[in-house]
Amino acid sequence: MRQGSMKWRYLKQGIFLWVVRIAALIIAAALGGILFFIFVNGIGAVDWTFLTEPPRDSMTAGGIMPAIIGTVYLTLGAVLVAMPLGVTSAVYLSEYARSGPAVRFIRIGINSLAGVPSVVFGLFGLSLFVVYLDFGSSILAGSLTLAILILPTIIGSSEEALKAVPQTFREASLALGVSKWQTVSRIVLPNALPGILTGSILGIGRAAGETAPIMFTAAAFFTTRLPGSVFDEVMALPYHIYVLATAGTRIEETRPLQYGTALVLIALVLGVDLAAIVIRSYIRRKKRW
Amino acid sequence: MRDGDIIVAQDVNFYYGSFRALTGVNISFEKNRVTALIGPSGCGKSTLLRLLNRMNDFIEQTRVEGKVLFEGRNIYDPEVDPVEIRRRIGMVFQKPNPFPKSIFNNIVYGPRLAGGMSRTDLESLAERSLKQAVLWDEVKDILGQSAMMLSGGQQQRLCIARALAMKPDVLLMDEPTSALDPISTAKIEELMEGLKKDYTIIIVTHNMQQAARVSDYTGFFYLGRLIEFNRTGKIFTTPDMKQTEDYITGRFG
Repeated sequence: MRQGSMKWRYLKQGIFLWVVRIAALIIAAALGGILFFIFVNGIGAVDWTFLTEPPRDSMTAGGIMPAIIGTVYLTLGAVLVAMPLGVTSAVYLSEYARSGPAVRFIRIGINSLAGVPSVVFGLFGLSLFVVYLDFGSSILAGSLTLAILILPTIIGSSEEALKAVPQTFREASLALGVSKWQTVSRIVLPNALPGILTGSILGIGRAAGETAPIMFTAAAFFTTRLPGSVFDEVMALPYHIYVLATAGTRIEETRPLQYGTALVLIALVLGVDLAAIVIRSYIRRKKRW
Repeated sequence: MRDGDIIVAQDVNFYYGSFRALTGVNISFEKNRVTALIGPSGCGKSTLLRLLNRMNDFIEQTRVEGKVLFEGRNIYDPEVDPVEIRRRIGMVFQKPNPFPKSIFNNIVYGPRLAGGMSRTDLESLAERSLKQAVLWDEVKDILGQSAMMLSGGQQQRLCIARALAMKPDVLLMDEPTSALDPISTAKIEELMEGLKKDYTIIIVTHNMQQAARVSDYTGFFYLGRLIEFNRTGKIFTTPDMKQTEDYITGRFG
């Protein structure tokens, strides 16, 4: 009897182990499947010309260089705006805010912002930046819209990074008669920097891949010209894929170009994420507390 | 209040939220003496210590009543700058807490931010402070290395040196040896003896032998009240209060 129940227990443990294993496997397989699919279908279209030349023949031939450049500009712009704002907010929340209704309200706001569908950000950007502030469809308007989109990511990861700095460091500094601001800027922020950078880089990945927020605010259907200022509109990789796959009469014909563009976009985003992982593991090995 | 008292607490009550952690504490700390605060866990001795340089400011929902006079001035007066108070009343914590910086940069961190010192000033200050903390001989050749590489005992002496580099008048020590081995503990007790002529030391300790060895005065706390305060020799031989005697002889605590 006793032995029987032990056997059953081992069996249950074995089953459960396999259930979790398979769940993890399915996720890995899904990611692998998508990457494989895009790679196989897209690699044929990608060559040096594809990466360095503008589209030709009504976008049925040629390259995607303006879209690559456009995505890089939009993403950099978004991070340049969102990082200072996000890190500053995170410093306030983590270091200065005393718990109370006001802070709870801010937190709810940030969390809600993270849950807003990206097309809503697009419409918001359209009405505020493009129309009301009269930036037009431009890098500026698109970057600002993307910045709002990635703010919650940056605030969240920055706050986590700040909270991970041991409280004893703060105490040690404050007990030396060092002011709160100096403690934050000399001790807390430098020690949180790796985490902040990781979060911001993940934000870059998110911003680079979004279509909806830039659709109404920045993305051009077609332009061979590279932007001359932040008030110019640009082509962008995700929007380019969307356009090729939905508009025009030669959708089937341009399939290889669509996959090729998707492959470039994914390589870009994964490359950025990989950089985040490398930075994080490098810093983890370096720090000892 | 005696002549030569540097810190005097008068009728101090302290609250964490609605919990009263200290009740009607009156205690004076004489200049250039070592005063030990002893008592069982949760008796309020560490709370009192943190209150003396306003480190309790950073804990939410705490409240102080009464006065803490430092050289005659109430440090809880609204016009008093707590940062200034902490420069003059340094603190060493229970667990060594060096910054993840080099040994040298740990020592000069405070003085550098306080400003007005040249590189040479900082170098001689670092040497002086490390010598006072009896760490100089062990680290003089590795000042550029990370403080995190040092042993626990060395780290704690580094923290003492770091506090001394601010040239405080008072050094608060919150169970400074409780995380250390006996040899490191002995070294720190030894150096405290040397520090006495320049600094006033207030030490919280769980270790009664330590209190008896290093201190001139001892205060015994129980349930947030100062039960007895006297010369250390008197407290440990003929205490006036039954509770003190029970604690010292190990009948509770």
